[in-house]
Amino acid sequence: MSVLEVNDLRVRFRVQSPLQALVRGNADPFIDAVRQVSFSIEEGKTFTLVGESGSGKSTLALAVARLLPSAEGSIKFNGSEVTSMSDSELMDYRKQISMMWQNPVGSLSPRMKVGSLITEPYKIHGLNDRDRKAEGRRLLEMVGLPAHFSQRYPHQLSGGQARRVGVARALALSPKLIIADEPTAGLDVSVQGEILNLLNKVQDDLGVSMFVITHNLNVVRHISDHTAIMYLGRFLEIGPTDTLFAEPKHPYTSALLAANPEPDPDALREQLELKGEVPSLLNRPSGCEFHTRCPFVQSQCKDALPELAGEESHHYRCYFPIAE
Amino acid sequence: MLQAIKRICGDPLGLVGLFLVALMVLSAVLASVIAPYDPIALNIIDRLQGPSFKHLLGTDQLGRDLFSRVLFGGQVALKIALISISIALCIGVVLGMIAGFGPRWLDNIIMLLFDTIRSFPTVMFALATVALVGPSLSTVVVIIVITSIPTYGRVVRTQTLSIKSNEYIQAELAMGASTFRILSMHLLPNVVGPLFILASMDIPTVIALEAGLSFLGMGVKPPTPSWGSILNDGYNLIRNTPWPIIAGSIPLVLVTLGFTFLGESLRDLIDPKLRKSL
Amino acid sequence: MSKNVLTIRNLSVNYQTDQGTLQAMRNVNIDVPKGSIVGVVGESGCGKSTLISTIIRLLATNADIPNGEVDFEGRDILTLSEDEMRKLRGDRLSIVFQDPMSSLNPVLTIGKQMTDIQYRDKKTMAQKRQRSINMLESVGIPDPASRLNQYPHEFSGGMRQRIAIAMALQAEPSLLIADEPTTALDATLEVQIIHLLKQLQSTIGCSVLFISHHLGVIAELCDYVVVIYAGEVVEEGTVSDVFKRPQHPYTEKLLECDPANIAQKTRELPTIPGNVPDLVSLPSGCIFKDRCHTKIDRCDNERPQRIDAADKHYVSCHLRSPQ
Ligand SMILES: Nc1ncnc2c1ncn2[C@@H]1O[C@H](COP(=O)(O)OP(=O)(O)OP(=O)(O)O)[C@@H](O)[C@H]1O
Ligand SMILES: Nc1ncnc2c1ncn2[C@@H]1O[C@H](COP(=O)(O)OP(=O)(O)OP(=O)(O)O)[C@@H](O)[C@H]1O
Ligand code: SF4
Ligand SMILES: [Mg+2]
Ligand SMILES: [Mg+2]
Repeated sequence: MSVLEVNDLRVRFRVQSPLQALVRGNADPFIDAVRQVSFSIEEGKTFTLVGESGSGKSTLALAVARLLPSAEGSIKFNGSEVTSMSDSELMDYRKQISMMWQNPVGSLSPRMKVGSLITEPYKIHGLNDRDRKAEGRRLLEMVGLPAHFSQRYPHQLSGGQARRVGVARALALSPKLIIADEPTAGLDVSVQGEILNLLNKVQDDLGVSMFVITHNLNVVRHISDHTAIMYLGRFLEIGPTDTLFAEPKHPYTSALLAANPEPDPDALREQLELKGEVPSLLNRPSGCEFHTRCPFVQSQCKDALPELAGEESHHYRCYFPIAE
Repeated sequence: MLQAIKRICGDPLGLVGLFLVALMVLSAVLASVIAPYDPIALNIIDRLQGPSFKHLLGTDQLGRDLFSRVLFGGQVALKIALISISIALCIGVVLGMIAGFGPRWLDNIIMLLFDTIRSFPTVMFALATVALVGPSLSTVVVIIVITSIPTYGRVVRTQTLSIKSNEYIQAELAMGASTFRILSMHLLPNVVGPLFILASMDIPTVIALEAGLSFLGMGVKPPTPSWGSILNDGYNLIRNTPWPIIAGSIPLVLVTLGFTFLGESLRDLIDPKLRKSL
Repeated sequence: MSKNVLTIRNLSVNYQTDQGTLQAMRNVNIDVPKGSIVGVVGESGCGKSTLISTIIRLLATNADIPNGEVDFEGRDILTLSEDEMRKLRGDRLSIVFQDPMSSLNPVLTIGKQMTDIQYRDKKTMAQKRQRSINMLESVGIPDPASRLNQYPHEFSGGMRQRIAIAMALQAEPSLLIADEPTTALDATLEVQIIHLLKQLQSTIGCSVLFISHHLGVIAELCDYVVVIYAGEVVEEGTVSDVFKRPQHPYTEKLLECDPANIAQKTRELPTIPGNVPDLVSLPSGCIFKDRCHTKIDRCDNERPQRIDAADKHYVSCHLRSPQ
């Protein structure tokens, strides 16, 4: 069963005030940070989102948590529509999802100690029956931090320690869905392994579903079941992770895979060099939005946006998918 | 906290400020213990005396002991300053947070209100109010409250705006925290620091304003002692004796200096961004 | 000595905490030769950011430096006055912080901040603006001219990081210090930033001290690498030496843990078992002994000395010492 089902989602940001837009004669003072996005996450599975910086990954995550309003489309959590939830339903929804933030220190309230930070979810949801101190210790232990860290303030933590605190807080209420924005950025490979193993373990034990945003392709391969590649707010390719890595169809996907730096100083990479600038959301290219940088571009690509096509669960938006 | 005190002690001006403020607060609080005479007791026989052991600062035209009047005047000044600044702080914080966190239109209305108040010169506003409702202690408080709300409100609003875009506020929202919880637990503690500094630097202004109004006969009603009315009495008697003027002005100067020094040294201390800026 | 832009000798840093004195760095030696890129890797919390804060003299208030010197272009940074330090920062010495928001003011537009930091240059406003646009372009921010009017929170995480990089490069410093500047970037941009840094190194001869957890990036970008564990430098050498022939057991393990080196898909990623020692009460002997898989008796009591393993390749481990 799908825990989360997102259909044709669109999220917009206003980039000009109504007055500015009027003066400049701009009919559309918005940008589409997320556009025509559809995907679903099965219970106990991990969905990862990979993509260029600024392509709308965090925006999508925020919209799923309803921290940003969506302009179009639907988000269904266990069958109920998130976009039209009332305040009390929303409260209940947020009890069942939890977020791990991109910025580990910045997402911790600076004047609270770690101990209160990680037990905050209990307070917010009025769960007073538990012994918060004990819970705090349990959570800290779970993420591999010594108990005396509960006395520290966020600015006294290293980046990696702060991230573990974030993980602890995300696990506090045993959520159904964890939305993790770059959960391993800033961690050394050993701690990164620990965090990922921890998330995997939680998933195996509690059947949590995960929505993971990451840049680290090395990590994606090991943790995820399904992967989507995002570019300018749209999915360019989506499919089972193994297939995607083995047979990337979209040129951008294969460029990403090729660019991944390897820990071997002499590695000579067969690079699929991407040329050109990253286009701007204010000024989307015509046709296939990747055509300004695509090594295989043909005149057809510049005319119309290719639809998501493909077989079974593997879909891509390209007129000339890479052949095997 | 200990570190804070240590740091202030390292700064000579801050130390002087701390000493003067402590002196003022102590003498105001303990006025009834220290004061040798009742500040409003008349003693026509001893009128207009210079300083002596009997009357440390001399007496005024009604023979009231000036030293005692200065002490009780300080009490009145401090009381007015504390009451009015606290009220202004509370209202300013609430309005500022609403303006910063709430919807755009509310922000615009509140800012318009602040700007309107600030566009009146304080003294004009004070004179007009006194003319309307008559002089009294509470009138002074009301005037000070209304004129200082916009300053605090603006600071709080700016701080709120800059904190609002931080990820930790989003994180709180994502956990389902209510607006009230976010405002009180996460915004307020980050806003009050700079505000207290601002308020402590405002105290001398308020004291001076109270003295000014009382000097003009528009503040505290006689016979209640006030530094302003002592000055006023002294002004009328300047040909006979300089002592009332001296007695009324020295504490005013010292207190103003004290709070200013202390406030500045606190600002350097609490606002690490000012020290740490690139 | 003069071949080095930055020479750190015998540097220690302590933090005062409620539990006692936390010895975040102990007797660290690091060289950054002129025109080279030096990578720093190590466990989270091993003191990398502390190292940087020390170099730019922006340590937390509860920190102190019991011993050591940090020589930057012939001057000991630790003895400079606050004023001289301010002149260095953002001119000869630029920094990209781990948390990009910390170097951006949330209430000013990016354009204002980028022109403000050029206050030293006597140029017109339009020239400064143009320069900012060029810098943003070179770090791959699309549509830079109109982006200048936006506020930091209107950018994505990776964009903020690139803006921070652009601002640091604007000054053409002789040493650029970067604390994990590419963590929020995707692989193609990461490569782009690497190229940009390399280009900068060759055109203006700038040296870079580069902190990263991404071993692939270090391998790609750096000439030298310094491996830190729990506040001590355990290994140091050229990238190819250290990555090909790691001498310290920690470095060995670290390289093994990199998921990029694991071909088989697994749900159980390798980690280094055990925990970092408590820096408040340091154990005797080798700092890594509790987690070391090749520990010998000597490790328990005696601290290993820094020894030459090969040319310009240093390691602190008893296994490598001649005895
Ligand atoms: N202000 C502080 N007070 C007390 N301890 C601190 C303070 N700042 C850092 N520490 C501690 O010092 C150690 C080193 O921290 P540092 O931030 O330098 O680590 P790091 O190597 O940058 O880690 P990461 O890779 O996770 O960013 C950590 O154990 C941290 O908890
Ligand atoms: N509040 C906002 N107002 C206007 N534009 C915004 C706002 N927040 C984000 N954007 C824009 O929306 C786009 C997508 O941003 P988002 O943060 O989702 O990117 P991302 O994929 O998470 O990137 P990264 O990997 O760098 O974090 C960017 O162009 C960004 O500038
Ligand atoms: S000195 Fe001993 S304990 Fe330390 S790393 Fe080497 S072998 Fe391991
Ligand atoms: Mg993001
Ligand atoms: Mg760090």
